[in-house]
Amino acid sequence: MSADSYKGYRDPALSVLRQFGVRVWSDAEVETTRGRFVGIILPRSETADADHIVLKLRNGYNVGLRHDTIRGMKEVGYKEAVYRIPSKDFPHDPAKPRVKLIGTGGTIASRLDYRTGAVIPAFSPGELYGSVPELADICNLETEKICAVFSENMGPEQWTKLATTIAAEIEKGVAGIVIGHGTDTMHHTAAILSFMVQDSPVPIVMVGSQRSSDRPSSDAAMNLIHSTRTAASGDIAEVMVCMFGPTSDQYGLLHRGTRVRKMHSSYRSTFRTISDIPLAMVDRNGVTPLRDDYKRRRHDRNVRLDTAFDEKVSIVYYYPNMAPDIIDSLVDNGYHGIVIAGTGLGHVNRPLYPALRRAHEKGVAVCMTVQTIWGFAQMYVYETGREIMELGVFPAANMLPEVAYVKLGWVLGHTRDLAEVERMMTTPINGEITEREPHNGYLVFQGGVPEVEEFIRSYRK
Amino acid sequence: MHQYTSLEETPREWYEEVGLMSGLEIHQQLLTRKKLFCRCPAGRYSREWDAEILRHMRPTLSELGEYDGTALMEFRTRKQIVYHIHKETVCTYEFDDTPPFEINEEAVDIAIEIALLLNLKMVSELHIARKQYLDGSIPTGFQRTTILGVDGWIPYRDRRIGIIQLGLEEDACREVSDVGHVRTYITDRLGMPLVETVTAPEMHTPWDVAGVAQVLRRLARATGRVRTGPGAAREDVNVSVRGGRRCEIKGVSSIRRIPLLVHNEAFRQLGLLQIKDELAQRGVRPEALEVKWVDVTERIGRTRYWPVLQALREGQRARAVPLRRCAGLLRHPIGPGRSFLQEVSDRVSVVACIDQHPNVLSTDVTDGNLSADEWQAVRRAAGAGAQDAVVVVWGPVDDLQTACEEIVGRMRLACDGVPNETRQALADGTTCFERVLPGADRMYPDTDLPPKKLPDERVERMRTRLPELPWHRRQRYVEAGLPEQVAERLSVSPRAALFDRLAPRAPRHAGRLATLLADHFRWLQRKGLPVERVDEAFLEKALGLVEAGALRFEALPALVEHRARHGHDGGPEEVAGRLGLRPAGDAEVAEAIAAATAELPASSFRDAETAWRATMGRLMKMKKLRGRVDGAALGARVRELVGGQGGRP
Repeated sequence: MSADSYKGYRDPALSVLRQFGVRVWSDAEVETTRGRFVGIILPRSETADADHIVLKLRNGYNVGLRHDTIRGMKEVGYKEAVYRIPSKDFPHDPAKPRVKLIGTGGTIASRLDYRTGAVIPAFSPGELYGSVPELADICNLETEKICAVFSENMGPEQWTKLATTIAAEIEKGVAGIVIGHGTDTMHHTAAILSFMVQDSPVPIVMVGSQRSSDRPSSDAAMNLIHSTRTAASGDIAEVMVCMFGPTSDQYGLLHRGTRVRKMHSSYRSTFRTISDIPLAMVDRNGVTPLRDDYKRRRHDRNVRLDTAFDEKVSIVYYYPNMAPDIIDSLVDNGYHGIVIAGTGLGHVNRPLYPALRRAHEKGVAVCMTVQTIWGFAQMYVYETGREIMELGVFPAANMLPEVAYVKLGWVLGHTRDLAEVERMMTTPINGEITEREPHNGYLVFQGGVPEVEEFIRSYRK
Repeated sequence: MHQYTSLEETPREWYEEVGLMSGLEIHQQLLTRKKLFCRCPAGRYSREWDAEILRHMRPTLSELGEYDGTALMEFRTRKQIVYHIHKETVCTYEFDDTPPFEINEEAVDIAIEIALLLNLKMVSELHIARKQYLDGSIPTGFQRTTILGVDGWIPYRDRRIGIIQLGLEEDACREVSDVGHVRTYITDRLGMPLVETVTAPEMHTPWDVAGVAQVLRRLARATGRVRTGPGAAREDVNVSVRGGRRCEIKGVSSIRRIPLLVHNEAFRQLGLLQIKDELAQRGVRPEALEVKWVDVTERIGRTRYWPVLQALREGQRARAVPLRRCAGLLRHPIGPGRSFLQEVSDRVSVVACIDQHPNVLSTDVTDGNLSADEWQAVRRAAGAGAQDAVVVVWGPVDDLQTACEEIVGRMRLACDGVPNETRQALADGTTCFERVLPGADRMYPDTDLPPKKLPDERVERMRTRLPELPWHRRQRYVEAGLPEQVAERLSVSPRAALFDRLAPRAPRHAGRLATLLADHFRWLQRKGLPVERVDEAFLEKALGLVEAGALRFEALPALVEHRARHGHDGGPEEVAGRLGLRPAGDAEVAEAIAAATAELPASSFRDAETAWRATMGRLMKMKKLRGRVDGAALGARVRELVGGQGGRP
């Protein structure tokens, strides 16, 4: 028998399977010290322990049997599960716009193998049509997978490939781009695409899901419908993130790629526009802009692709009593740029000053953002801020720390001249710095307060 | 032909004759402090809500690329599911915005205990599964559930009933309303731990089904760690007859209702089998029944039949659906006061969401609805001959396509006899269609939680702590001299173990202690008082006072009630003092008797017996001695003072 016959099993459970001549997918009768069990032997997850054998009982439940309880096993049949995503031809309608869906991995398009629990990506137009037939009412869908990584493993290599693919598609004349992406670092990718792909004539929409699409209550289908609708017929030609507005199945929000952040580890409505309002709302029927200052869709195929990137950039999240060696070690390790997430208006403690001065002298670009997330770095207000600026640290206004990180990498890909770096960093490309923060740009409602409770009760969450 | 007979007049042998098979799925909530997969408090109910969430359930594909029948049906309903949530009873886990936390160990312990009582074979590793529910009763669209053991048994009369499995799972939402395309749930109960016990279909009369349910309930209660009260235990009853198919009657809240439901389900299935035979005889094949309809709004728009007239005036439309060669079948009886048209109506109501009743009419029953002329117009429009039946349905135009499909679909299913269904129990002992019975494919692994070991040490530790079996306990109480009925109630009371611990402290009062714990506590609980406030130490102290003569046992009910009402409010002696429950001395008793007799009319003293009764009655009313004297001793004292004299003392 091949190794695959014991998929995932290690000793001691593996020896027990061997001893009794049964394998994965055997329909087996198992005698144990706790009684007799009958079912199909399933592959074992690689991360689970080596002591148990997994059996799928006739009732559909899985159970684990410990190796040393097993007295005997007998194969009475063999039922290998061949799992495939059902696929139907995606209907082509010449009257409908062409949308390109680019896959990077993540849970937007995946199904569970019911027997093993493994996640299988559903991705071809046919597979997507099989699961979300509504897509055919919106567009003619084409798909391309450029990588299959969890979003925490996205980096400059994938960003560059993604940007290049997008630019090529735009030049081929698609009506819009949708990017399936894991949600954890979706805002990093949205930000870097805003810099790498500039002046796009068509919408570039990033989408994911907070609940995998094998679940009946998943947000995946609605997010996919909203994002393809935005890409196919929306008028906003920018890099956007399209995810749930409220946690209810009601509408999605389109966030500008440079102002959006994942704000909750698990809520569906986790993405929020920070220090500003979103670009638009979107539902099945179309896009409703919430503001007027967006870049309009054009009918040319011109786009500016600029994928320069210097990887030697880091974020330092300041904490009280931070020691200067943190900064020193980055400088000594050859970093070219540091984004500090400082306290309040953009502060760090005094012991860091010599290290910051040294960094500047060694040609390392250091910029200041705020760990309060909302608001501006305004370093001239307090003595501390002014002192830090004198050391060569420049404030990045209200750029989000993660956005400053990817932008600094992109800028350093162009120049290492510190004055030029500061100029480019503080000159906004697409909303990463705004001139003003409207009063409704910061709304973290406080639960428990009577008027807030009244509001929440009257509108679905 | 099987003429309907009532439950009472149907002999046991008849059920055997029709091949009745029935099994139970019993859902029993566990008495834990917190919920199963989050740290919300368990058992806190509130109809209040302070926020609302809207969700839709989308069917997911099975591994064969097919949609599960139930899933498809639920999707056809196009329901909007609204959840009412309250910050005290649910957190972000229940409404599916936070992944599960680790399983509640307290619940696992209780479930192991129950599994051992059911003689189940225990698994060595728990795997959490997702069981899909698309009716919206769980916001995730699935229930997290796990199997602890399989293939056990319980004793029932002179035989064993097989137990297929015991699962530990989270409870679902409570439905608030289901009107049109909006179904509303309250989420407080969601996520409460419960065990689901599934028996083999080894019961063959309605009475046996109820009997086995009783045994299972008593076993679960013997642990003292399950919840009691409304909704804490719910039975699903699976029923089939020979030639029929399994139907699951859901959510039976009381065991007493089981026999009639089983009985009526047997008749319903027999009725459906007769319809099947009749269809076969007429040569009607399901594929020959086409989904055809004609709009008859104009033809019956001026009817005097109020339900139709009103609906059409509101802008609804009416359609006539011809069913070829089906004349007479829609009025075929399928139970007491129910005909096959009811089955059609149920589907239209549940799937097409046309839920204002009546929602259908048929050419089989034309009295008291449309006029003869109108029926003729309908028949003509539908192109129906004398052998054909026509169903008329009316409702919002968007729902009528589904309605017509369901009407024909139900008739097609009739060609095959009894469809697998989940049915809802109605108050009159009949049932109505709730959904298509889900298949086995709706189970899949929960990727959010790793498997959990169930080592021998843990199982064996629980085995040493197993409670006495209720029937053994009952026997022991009877042998110890408790009256049979008190022994019975105490043996299944959650306070049985407490009784065992306390009884040696008050050997002379065992009987009264049993009644206090089994009945008085229950009565207080039903009044809504938190009896868990009455802790063991308090009772122990009170019994000590009784033994020492510092308190009468008669004072205990009032003390217990006070404790339940006010919580920690001083020791029993102090509370007794405050409530005036200290034992009455001889002089005080005599004084009270004198006061009582003084208020009585002379006629009360015409003979000794009347005098005694009247005095005792008056003393009771005065309440002065309540809980402060021994009843028998007081009786004797009254007899001594007023008896035999025929006059006032």
